[in-house]
Amino acid sequence: MATPNIPLWEVFIRSRNGLAHKHVGSLHATDATLALQAARDIYTRRGEGISIWVVPSNAITASDPSEKGMMFEPAESKIYRHPTFYDVPDEVGHM
Amino acid sequence: MYTQALNSSDGDERHVEDAERAAQFQARIDADERIEPNDWMPAAYRKTLTRQISQHAHSEIVGMLPEGNWITRAPSLRRKAALLAKVQDECGHGLYLYAAAETLGTSREELVDLMLAGKAKYSSIFNYPTLTWADIGTIGWLVDGAAIMNQIPLCRCSYGPYARAMIRVCKEESFHQRQGFEIMVTLCRGTEEQKAMAQDALNRWWWPVLMMFGPPDQASQHSDTSTKWKIKRFSNDELRQKFVDATVPQAQFLGLSIPDPGMKQNEAGNWEYSAIDWDEFKQVLAGNGPCNRDRLAARRKAHDDGAWVRDAALAYAEKRRQRATLQAAE
Repeated sequence: MATPNIPLWEVFIRSRNGLAHKHVGSLHATDATLALQAARDIYTRRGEGISIWVVPSNAITASDPSEKGMMFEPAESKIYRHPTFYDVPDEVGHM
Repeated sequence: MYTQALNSSDGDERHVEDAERAAQFQARIDADERIEPNDWMPAAYRKTLTRQISQHAHSEIVGMLPEGNWITRAPSLRRKAALLAKVQDECGHGLYLYAAAETLGTSREELVDLMLAGKAKYSSIFNYPTLTWADIGTIGWLVDGAAIMNQIPLCRCSYGPYARAMIRVCKEESFHQRQGFEIMVTLCRGTEEQKAMAQDALNRWWWPVLMMFGPPDQASQHSDTSTKWKIKRFSNDELRQKFVDATVPQAQFLGLSIPDPGMKQNEAGNWEYSAIDWDEFKQVLAGNGPCNRDRLAARRKAHDDGAWVRDAALAYAEKRRQRATLQAAE
């Protein structure tokens, strides 16, 4: 008999206060409580974190990598969004 | 650990794909870009990696068995706690790797079922028995040492999820190797009987450990494609040589002799070892090693014995879901 599929979760860990939660991997669990416990056992055996988020993988909406050109083009073409675009006379010093 | 024999890729099965996309893909690889799960990739790249990563995962899981054999008989509480933590790490490594394999589109359940059905390979090394406590020291020192040699280059593998899993694994393997070497040091500084036990373990494990790096380069059929795709960065023989060169001085420190009387150091400083018995390797991979049947039987029993837990957890989650739906309807 084929093994039944158990839902997939994505795991995010905050390594210490002041830092954002960061994706560390995924795991299988039937519900959120078990997912948290499994995340503790699998991803924090050596003090890697002080806070865990688990998110059902199918709840994540992702951008399509094949459309990344179009998706991120607006950020590529607007160099005037960067401070280095602007000339400030040397006499003014650091700004 | 343990990606041995798994270097063969499916280069010859490549069907005609969009040549332009394939060329773009290769250009990304050549530019040392990482490939991520939803990126376009050649079917053969996906297949090769699914097989390599899942075999690697199976090896971690089966690898828990030879060492688990000694947890209840570890000589002290310190040794027992360390061994338990190590075996738990191997389980964790298996899980990171299954998760990485799944990103290529095959579920963990399917991969596990293939292993239980005897249709997927795992590293040949785990089909050897752990007869004495010295075997536990030798496994940590040599088997994990060989694994580290194999795995460090995989941290730079072109497939992102695999490379990231390997970074975590490599950090943890270092503890494994050191705990093994410490056991060896203790035995070698102990009674004559203890030292003889260490020598006996080295005698039995040395050749199987050298086989862990996979077939010699002339015989390794599809290595080229894996190298071109930057899944593999060093050849089997290169890694094997690096391992031997690193290990000989450690054996000398322990006062143990490597069971290869013909071994000699060449002018370049490399230790030249004698011919490896590749027939033994083939036999073990074909299922005829000393413990192949035991290992699979133990995995199947653990899987079957755990079925009620999976069923109960799924049933409980379903009950909670239904209750939440009912409450929402009220």
